Amino acid sequence: MAGLFLEDIHKHFGSVVAVQNVDLRIPHGRFVCFLGPSGCGKTTLLRLIAGLERPTRGRVLLEEADITDQPAHQRNFGMVFQSLALFPHLSVGDNIAYSLRIRKADASVRQRRVDALLELVRLPGYAGRHISQLSGGQRQRVAIARALAIEPRLFLLDEPLSALDAKLREDMQLEMRMLQQRLGVTTILVTHDQREAMTMSDLIVVMGTDNQVHQMGTPLEIYRNPADTFVANFIGTSNLLKGICSGSRQVTISGKTLGIEAMPENVKEGSAITISVRPEDISVVAGAPEGANHLPGRVTFVRDVGSSVEIYLDCNGFQIISQSTPKSRPAVRQGDVATAVLPPAACVVLTA
Amino acid sequence: MNRALRQLFLALVLIFLASPIVVVGGVSLNEKKSLYFPPQGFSLNWYVELFTESAWLVPIENSMIIATLSSLAAISIALPLAYFLWRYRVFYARALFMLGIAPFMLPPVITALGFLTFWATVGLYGQMVATIVSHAIFFVTLPLVTISLGFESIDREFIEAAETMGADSKAVFRTVVFPMVRSYMVSGYAFCFVLSLNEYIVAYMVSGFTVETLPIKIFNALRYGYTPVMAAVTIFFVLLAALIFGLIGRFGDLPRLMGALAPESRNA
Amino acid sequence: MIEDKPKGLRALLPILYPAVTLVVFFVIPFGIMLAVSFFEREPGGFYTTDFSIDNYGNLFTELFGRVLVFSIFISALCAVICVAVGFPFTYFITRMRRKAQVVWLVILVSVLSLSAVIVAFAWSLLLSQTAGISNLFVWLGLMGKPVSWSPGFWALTAGMCYIAFPYTVLVLYPPLSRLDPHLPEAAQTLGASPVTTFFTVVLGSLRSAIVATLIMVFAFTLGTYLIPQILGRPQHWTLSVLITDEAVYHSNLPLASAMAVFFMVVSLALVGLTMLIGKSRGPAAR
Repeated sequence: MAGLFLEDIHKHFGSVVAVQNVDLRIPHGRFVCFLGPSGCGKTTLLRLIAGLERPTRGRVLLEEADITDQPAHQRNFGMVFQSLALFPHLSVGDNIAYSLRIRKADASVRQRRVDALLELVRLPGYAGRHISQLSGGQRQRVAIARALAIEPRLFLLDEPLSALDAKLREDMQLEMRMLQQRLGVTTILVTHDQREAMTMSDLIVVMGTDNQVHQMGTPLEIYRNPADTFVANFIGTSNLLKGICSGSRQVTISGKTLGIEAMPENVKEGSAITISVRPEDISVVAGAPEGANHLPGRVTFVRDVGSSVEIYLDCNGFQIISQSTPKSRPAVRQGDVATAVLPPAACVVLTA
Repeated sequence: MNRALRQLFLALVLIFLASPIVVVGGVSLNEKKSLYFPPQGFSLNWYVELFTESAWLVPIENSMIIATLSSLAAISIALPLAYFLWRYRVFYARALFMLGIAPFMLPPVITALGFLTFWATVGLYGQMVATIVSHAIFFVTLPLVTISLGFESIDREFIEAAETMGADSKAVFRTVVFPMVRSYMVSGYAFCFVLSLNEYIVAYMVSGFTVETLPIKIFNALRYGYTPVMAAVTIFFVLLAALIFGLIGRFGDLPRLMGALAPESRNA
Repeated sequence: MIEDKPKGLRALLPILYPAVTLVVFFVIPFGIMLAVSFFEREPGGFYTTDFSIDNYGNLFTELFGRVLVFSIFISALCAVICVAVGFPFTYFITRMRRKAQVVWLVILVSVLSLSAVIVAFAWSLLLSQTAGISNLFVWLGLMGKPVSWSPGFWALTAGMCYIAFPYTVLVLYPPLSRLDPHLPEAAQTLGASPVTTFFTVVLGSLRSAIVATLIMVFAFTLGTYLIPQILGRPQHWTLSVLITDEAVYHSNLPLASAMAVFFMVVSLALVGLTMLIGKSRGPAAR
């Protein structure tokens, strides 16, 4: 099987655990994001893959070869650093040609490759510029071009967009994703921005503050079916309601029984569970009509940001947030009595 | 503080710093062998004499040789030490660093006397090589501090980037580390060079009677009366220092170098 | 690349050469000097190996005592003058634009690098009868006829301050440039005038840096050798002059070494004192 394997990886710095219990298989040619809050070990994991750190335990395998102890400079990977690490004493062209020069490529080969890469990142004619003469976005592109110069086996990016302002950042996300699709190089990006991860990746690896992997899946899978409350909370916003399993397809939340579509097999009747419902799946109706999966309550706050409307309800001690478009905006105001409707298909049962 | 008062204060300091040099500059232009200010007549003869009379040329040559070689030696000691200290944070490297700082921190006469007793013991007292080595040790502090600063300014990610691009540790040093500390080496060399050129007490104690450097020559000449040639030498020194430090100020990061060179920050 | 410990002997190679040179040419000379201070003088030669503390006993002559007291007095005077002028001066230049700062720093470093011979010569000209500033005063009608002010006590003071002033500024530069610019601003929004701000906030928050600088400048001027010889009269000679005199003119290396060792102990005590003050410095100074 082609791809990158991480087998039972642990990394300790002295008594501090940076990464633990990581088993991952990253298929060839995909764009993968390591997503998690700061301090979750995602950057350490990337550095382990790059060969800049050695794991305390476990193995790294690439295309079935064990590369755990191979030094970084023999791996033929490309990496973009958080600071970009563009050499200030070299020109744009010399930065991009660096890895080719190290491999003693001919000047003509280097020249052609630099021109092609600058074309690729839409900076033609910039080879002679100085790094200090470039804008943030241009530096970004040079760093990407430099990492791609040798057609790397793996393309690694450590939060490279974090220094850019919001608008430029979104543009670069699209640009990088399309570039990766064109080149088909296996890419791993580290980020703490879930929107960035959703935009760019084929697969997302969610890591938690316990320095473990919580879930790996496509963006939609992770969004629709979070593995646990941490993932549900970290990816987007979610309504997390604590309750009890009261039947094969029903749960009880503060005395109200709600129907759901699927109950995990290992959950027995009477055991405590949490259900996660995305705000955009919840609709709000004025008044207190009876009905299946209706939770009555009172409007505590209405947040209208133009493109969407969020309604905060207090339903018998639970806070429920509903999100709707301006068109389907329910006719309620702060203080009104209103009812939240939770469709069975939108209620995901979490056991942890 | 009041703006005008502040300007006045700065101007007074500038006058204090500049007036001796202005007077010396004027005196160096006197036509006759006299020390008048404002100068009487105008002539550049004293500068011509400085660079043609062997009485002055020999000390100039001595000083230049000593400054050039001792700075080179100082760099050769400072570079590997600074590199080692940057790469490995071990106590004996720190101890050696402190040792490299020490000659410059002590009153110069003590270091000079230490050198004198040493060269007298090994039998090289009065040789130029003794002056060169003594200056190299005496001024090693300057390149040591500037080059260490250069190493510290190398972000770890630069090295890792080079490694991920295929550079082994030798190639990393050649292509990344060395080019990035080069300008700090030049600054260190320049500081060393100018100070060695101006240094008196060590050169005098170690081999002052046999190897006459320019400051020693000036001091000896002072005893037989002042001449405008000395004024010309002074101006030559001032211009050389201003030129070299001006270049560092223009192309280097002088505020940062000053921040690191001042002993106060080292104690902190 | 940055590791905790060098692995293997090869990794230790780069430090070998600096270690050997520093030990051979600095530690050993010091050791010899220390040893020589216990040796006996050999007329016509350098010294004979022996052990006696006579040299230290011979230190405390009336001349040595007088020179020591004068050295300490003139150094302390110069340190106070330099810090009193240098502190506001440094404060002003750290508040300038970067370009202006660089210009001032170039001037200061250039002056600092000048040989003491040259500084002494320049000042003796400036204070001389034929070329000195007294001519300017005569021309302005302030004085009857030009006079010579050098050598003399005030010529010496001026010369020593001239070499110590750039040093003072460069020692004060780092703590002052690190001073949080919001600190004076905060004081001003609280109603303090710029002058009050300077005295209460700037001076107050850097008190220990100032004390440390005073000691450093004091130790620096204590080491001057040439300025007292050229700008001072014989009664103005300092410890450095005395040591050089013993070593070079009287060829009494053992006695000179003993003086130097004594001098070094005094200097090291001062450096130690500076470090102590540096340690107890408040957070605002950083």
